[in-house]
Amino acid sequence: MSGTRAPADGRELGERLRDRDLTAAPAALNLLESRAPEARAQTAALLAEVSPAVLGHEPAAHIIGVTGPPGVGKSSLLSRLVSHWRSENRSVAVLAVDPSSRRSGGSLLGDRARIEADPKDRSVFIRSTAAGARLGGLAPATRAAATALAAAFDVVVIESVGVGQSETEIADAADTVAVVLQPASGDVLQFLKAGIMEVPDVLVLTKTDLGSAATRAMSDLQAALLALGATDTEVCAVSSVPPPTGIEQLAQALENHRTRIDLEQRRRHARRRHALENFAVEHGERGLRALGGRAQAARWLDQQDPALDAATLEHALAERAGGAG
Amino acid sequence: MPEPPSHRLPEPDRPWMMRTYAGHSDARRSNELYRKNLEKGQTGLSIAFDLPTQTGYDPDHELAKGEVGKVGVSIAHKGDMETLLDGIPLDQMNTSMTINATAAWLLALYIVAAENQDPPAPEDKLQGTTQNDILKEYLSRGTYAFPPGPSMRLIADTIAYTVEHVPKWNPINICSYHLQEAGATPVQEIAFAMSNAVAVLDAVKQRVPQDLMGSVFGRISFFVNAGVRFVEEHAKLRAMAILWDELGRERYGVEDEKHRRLRYGVQVNSLGLTEAQPENNVYRIALEALAVTLGRNARARAIQLPAWNEALGLPRPWDQQWSLRLQQILAYETDLLEYPDIFEGSKVMDGLVAELLAGARKEMQRVAELGGAVDAVDYMKAALVESHRKRWQRIESGEQIAVGMNKFTSTEPSPLTAGADGGILVVDPEIEAERRRAVEQWRGERDQTAVDQALEQLAQAATNDGENIMAATIAAARAGATTGEWAQTLRDAFGEYRAPTGVGDATAAPSEGVVELRAEVERVSEALGRRVKFLVGKPGLDGHSNGAEQIAVRARDAGMDVVYEGIRLTPSQIANSAAQEGVHVIGLSILSGSHRELIPAVLEALREAGAEDVPVVVGGIIPADDATAMRDAGIAAVYTPKDWDLNGMMRDIIGLVAARHGVESAVGA
Repeated sequence: MSGTRAPADGRELGERLRDRDLTAAPAALNLLESRAPEARAQTAALLAEVSPAVLGHEPAAHIIGVTGPPGVGKSSLLSRLVSHWRSENRSVAVLAVDPSSRRSGGSLLGDRARIEADPKDRSVFIRSTAAGARLGGLAPATRAAATALAAAFDVVVIESVGVGQSETEIADAADTVAVVLQPASGDVLQFLKAGIMEVPDVLVLTKTDLGSAATRAMSDLQAALLALGATDTEVCAVSSVPPPTGIEQLAQALENHRTRIDLEQRRRHARRRHALENFAVEHGERGLRALGGRAQAARWLDQQDPALDAATLEHALAERAGGAG
Repeated sequence: MPEPPSHRLPEPDRPWMMRTYAGHSDARRSNELYRKNLEKGQTGLSIAFDLPTQTGYDPDHELAKGEVGKVGVSIAHKGDMETLLDGIPLDQMNTSMTINATAAWLLALYIVAAENQDPPAPEDKLQGTTQNDILKEYLSRGTYAFPPGPSMRLIADTIAYTVEHVPKWNPINICSYHLQEAGATPVQEIAFAMSNAVAVLDAVKQRVPQDLMGSVFGRISFFVNAGVRFVEEHAKLRAMAILWDELGRERYGVEDEKHRRLRYGVQVNSLGLTEAQPENNVYRIALEALAVTLGRNARARAIQLPAWNEALGLPRPWDQQWSLRLQQILAYETDLLEYPDIFEGSKVMDGLVAELLAGARKEMQRVAELGGAVDAVDYMKAALVESHRKRWQRIESGEQIAVGMNKFTSTEPSPLTAGADGGILVVDPEIEAERRRAVEQWRGERDQTAVDQALEQLAQAATNDGENIMAATIAAARAGATTGEWAQTLRDAFGEYRAPTGVGDATAAPSEGVVELRAEVERVSEALGRRVKFLVGKPGLDGHSNGAEQIAVRARDAGMDVVYEGIRLTPSQIANSAAQEGVHVIGLSILSGSHRELIPAVLEALREAGAEDVPVVVGGIIPADDATAMRDAGIAAVYTPKDWDLNGMMRDIIGLVAARHGVESAVGA
């Protein structure tokens, strides 16, 4: 365990992740979550080591966002998915963003317990963090964590709770977004129809052991998607109670989505969004004004080297803002 | 014949059933204990099973490690049950079994052991009780195995079976006892227990013909608690009797008044028993016994009393004898049983009852609106954690007095704990190895084909919801299947379950002490770069999570990120979580006496996971010698029930993190 005074060596951790050393994950996360000033340079060094510029390609993992209202069975579903991926010998990292509200600054994180995994299996890594200020918000370090772990693991899952805002935020960090619903989630259907909620890449209906309620929910969902013209979105029906059903089909649907998209474009977009969000948090409205506003900054980012990591881009934004101001 | 005066009974009442909650190690040793207890004038048996038996694991299962024979007797198959009851004629005995998730199985073993006695005791002669109340296991006690749906079915099946075949059996004891232990107020205790009964009865209604519902209602009994506020506690029981009668009449159309009478057994409060000046507990227990005996209209049918030393460890036979004598003095020396109800017409009592009834009705309504007790488990659990938090705050602030603990603390040394055994029972650690060998031998010597077939039948019955599970369960018991095999077959069919922890919704009302703690947590977190992260873990099978929950909630209130994963974790799960989550400190809670085995196992697992530098503190019922040994083995601090100042504990924990990471201590600290 490293002490506080000397932050971990970001470069070394990045190299280990690049070499697919899964045991580097806990220390890497400790570093990425650190807000200590002396950790910033190390975080940047870590992210640079796993950037496409150094790797020569995008990190190979499939980054999957899983979100949905509380109580729909996301954790049971993840338990089944994790064991499915493990049966294919794929390593899995889960970043569980716990909805537990931050009162008094503290939080209660109970999500990892709900995901069943063999504790002795070193190819499964689960890390829980408290969500940001509002429901569905990602924890500050989640984007960086997903990027870093994507170099070492085959699958990286970002799990969060909420509907409406959360898919948008996760979509900025993940390759594929799955929204999980249960038969009684009628309000979500309304959100979809009203356009309050973006159409996710994959829709998952859980608790299909509930019989007729599930069949009805399934046809409602399909009708809604048809009306919205969202023909690409696959709808998967699953049941996590024994015997689980629909898990393989769901894994396949997630896979299908990934082969359909332009991965490089999506990852590039994610890094740029990540850089801009971090910059905005650090420098505020004033910093954004110095860049000519958010839209102008985004356009400028679009012209940068596509292989650059988020930390480098953020640094470039800061320099530019400093020069302009 | 002249009318007797209305303030006297024509003849004294018969005393209630007197029991001692007993059992440890293996069947042979427990059988010896039972025979001795019966010689001492005990009139019924109350069997305590160990945690592996209660949760459906054989003694050689990984999760059974350290728990075999600890808080009760280990029963793995019909052979064990026969030994346990050897020489005790079961057609005459009245046996209460504290068994829930695996109640159907232990009842089957009991039936099979009875038919194998010489002379055989047929099932329609058997008398006794299976606790069989799963909802309170989710809420408080933690020895559940299956998800709510299938668990309610198992309960309904045992009720449907016994009403027909074992008519003198109480198939379920709805427990309000453990709700009070988890912090329930009297209103919550009444309301949640009654709501729970409604959920059970509604489930049974689907599985028995309507004309049997009267008998079903009549066979349902309660297992209640009584705290030291004994006047209000007595009122609580009267209120329960009124509600129960009402429910029978209005909701289930039970015509026979006898069927609607509240029947209850009791174990008085353990939560209020103190480790400090433990001899004072004798008085507490005596006063609590009055709560359940004073008024004839709401008097207990069966009583078992805890021992004075429960907050120290497991009671010895002498400690239990002392508690039994209290019952006998109450029943045979005092004039308690000679009068009609002494509270009839009491303004105070009627007023208290009315208050409790109003509160309980409101709370029952709330549970009903959430869809009934099964769907309201999350709500009830959170409400209990919240009540317990408030109770703790009252003790910390001195508003609630616990004599010898937070007031009147100066004391002479107690001669009761001065003996070589420290005043408690220590289970021989060799028992576990013995039991492991014994169950392996049992498996080797039985007709394996018959067992395989029986388990196959059981699996089929489990997946067919319309079939009563008892027939296949009794057949598996006869064939020689083990407790672990029965439960695993059902786990495969029903799935595993983790109950809600209830901690997420507990509200934080900052006291002055907490505000100070927050500032310190902020300061240390700032220096660390990350918020102080604390893993609260419960290793082993012990489900008594109330203490761990309070620690988790307080640490959160103090500003820490708390990873709390609920009960029943293996050492490697805890170590793995600690490593992956990057926690700064670990707190372990164990109340089952298995700390000697489990703590070293967790430390070893932490080494394997590369997290040996993370400091570990331990809380639980831990004798002083064991605490010293633990500190020598590297545990940073040990807390026992006498350490009731949670803020002080939090200060220690933050200080520990600061010291390990080279953060300077606070000015003036």
